[in-house]
Amino acid sequence: MKFSGLQLYALAFLIFLYGPILLLPVFAFNDSTVVAFPLKGFTTQWFQNVWNDSDLWQAVRNSLFVALSASVIATMFGIFAARASTRYRFPAKGGIMGLILLPMVLPDMIVAMALLVVLLALNVQLSLLTVILGHVLICTPFAVAILSSAFQSLDQSLEEAAYDLGEGAISTFYLVILPLVTPGIISAFLISFTISLDEFVISNFLGSKDKLLSVYIFGQLRFPKSVPTIMALGAVLVALSVALLALAEYFRRRGIARTGLKNTGGFL
Amino acid sequence: MNLDKSSTTTMIEFKDVHKYYGDYHALRGITATIRAGEFFSLLGPSGCGKTTLLRTIAGFEGISSGVVLVDGKDMVDVPANQRPTNMVFQSYAIFPHLTVEQNVGFGLRKDPRSRPEKAAAVAEALAMVGLAGFGTRAAHALSGGQRQRVALARALILKPKVLLLDEPLSALDKKMREQMQVELIKLQRQVGITFVLVTHDQEEALVMSDRIAVMFEGQIAQLDDPETLYRRPKTRAVANFIGTMNFLPAKILSESGGKVEAEAQGFGRLTLDAQTQVTGTATPDGAAVGFRPETLTLLFEGQQVADREVMATVTEVVYYGDMTYYDVLLDGTTDPMRLSMRNVFGRPVLDIGTRTRVGWSPGALVMFR
Repeated sequence: MKFSGLQLYALAFLIFLYGPILLLPVFAFNDSTVVAFPLKGFTTQWFQNVWNDSDLWQAVRNSLFVALSASVIATMFGIFAARASTRYRFPAKGGIMGLILLPMVLPDMIVAMALLVVLLALNVQLSLLTVILGHVLICTPFAVAILSSAFQSLDQSLEEAAYDLGEGAISTFYLVILPLVTPGIISAFLISFTISLDEFVISNFLGSKDKLLSVYIFGQLRFPKSVPTIMALGAVLVALSVALLALAEYFRRRGIARTGLKNTGGFL
Repeated sequence: MNLDKSSTTTMIEFKDVHKYYGDYHALRGITATIRAGEFFSLLGPSGCGKTTLLRTIAGFEGISSGVVLVDGKDMVDVPANQRPTNMVFQSYAIFPHLTVEQNVGFGLRKDPRSRPEKAAAVAEALAMVGLAGFGTRAAHALSGGQRQRVALARALILKPKVLLLDEPLSALDKKMREQMQVELIKLQRQVGITFVLVTHDQEEALVMSDRIAVMFEGQIAQLDDPETLYRRPKTRAVANFIGTMNFLPAKILSESGGKVEAEAQGFGRLTLDAQTQVTGTATPDGAAVGFRPETLTLLFEGQQVADREVMATVTEVVYYGDMTYYDVLLDGTTDPMRLSMRNVFGRPVLDIGTRTRVGWSPGALVMFR
């Protein structure tokens, strides 16, 4: 088989992207504290370590709490903003929507520092709550973007048809609008959840002694002994992330199929 | 035309209806009556306000001033979901997450009838539009024509006093459109409900309607039955919008006793009936006589049917199979006129440059002041 230059380039690119991630599970099952080839033997000890680490579980609980809260709030904001931007006309709409979407491209470092400065100036105690605040800020743009496309593809005459057939504003919302944008809502929620779960910079800056998973992992990397354990944890997280994103994409595509629209590209 | 529909009961009445969008004056004093049981069309170019007017009946647009009455009741405080009207949307607005049955039965949610009775009503409505057996199909998998039928069934199942149709055929291809035109006419006769159709297609309006309101720039330019509209358009704008109308500059010489003496370029002196043939008010373009392409005849060798004759030169020939369209320059005129001839057996198709006799009759002319 012969490869052209472009095919080789594509292959190299993919290896560069996913090679390191594929090494995670390899070393997670390697019976050695040293992360290096050649591999020694097969073990599930590192996964047992993960299972038995109570600090880690506390960090997982904290992370899940933060991710759940932040993604629920971000999705709600997303619904409001998407509905407003697709259904109503108001002054400076372009500018307002631009500003809502801007944190998507702002460096997390800048956002984190700015928030920290303000919170300290206001004498706010750093806690999981402040982290949630920061995560809402960075998740909302993604939720708005996903939900805007969901609401955009909703033909306005569908709402009018429901009114025309005797329904009121509330029943129209749950009989027609909600079923049609639900896939978008689920997709926005899952993306926000994933973003919050593996976010590090804001979690580190705005966090207190209640550590989040990402911060905990970073801390553990200082101890060579616990590196294989982190590898095992990493392997689990990769599997979970892929599953979540696949689920989000499944719901997005199902939404498109339901409304019979063309697929205009998503996150996967 | 359905002459049996002599009903004069009023179903919808507009009294000096105005509508502003900010500074934009979308409806400029609409006063008109739509009779019960008639097939009524709002015809006009895009942006003329026809859809806006339709939506004021449905209740999707408020009005700035004036009155809209439906079945004798002022609609000012009646929201869209309580009006005795139902609409077929341009996009059909079929709920994509529901089946055909669920779509058609959507408006029956608050109906007190039992479940089997409602199911029977849905089946009956589907049969009426030719979709019997399609009930369990997913709505988003339907073709354009089928969606259209579902939209019709969904609206008609509620037995509205008025069915509003917003350009319902514009998304269909030509064959399908012609088929649906006939079906809609039959359906309307069958159910006897007042249909109000919005369209920009003059042919569609002529084919389907009992009466047509031609709209330009937020006003009704003429409201008449299709034949009157075609034969005696009140303005040049209406004449041009509906079919093709040729114009020749003319001068009015005298008016008396219901007769108008005029001199038209190419035709010479002629006498017209003031009541039926002279229309409109004086325009800056000056007076003109107008005629439809099919009212003049290219006479072949030895043919002698027409009232009067004029010589002409063929300047363009467009052959359509059943018809041939000619552009001819009548002697003594400056612009070519469009004529259409049916290609009956024995009639030759003329070439460009041919000299020919053209037969005409003053009775077929309309005069625009």
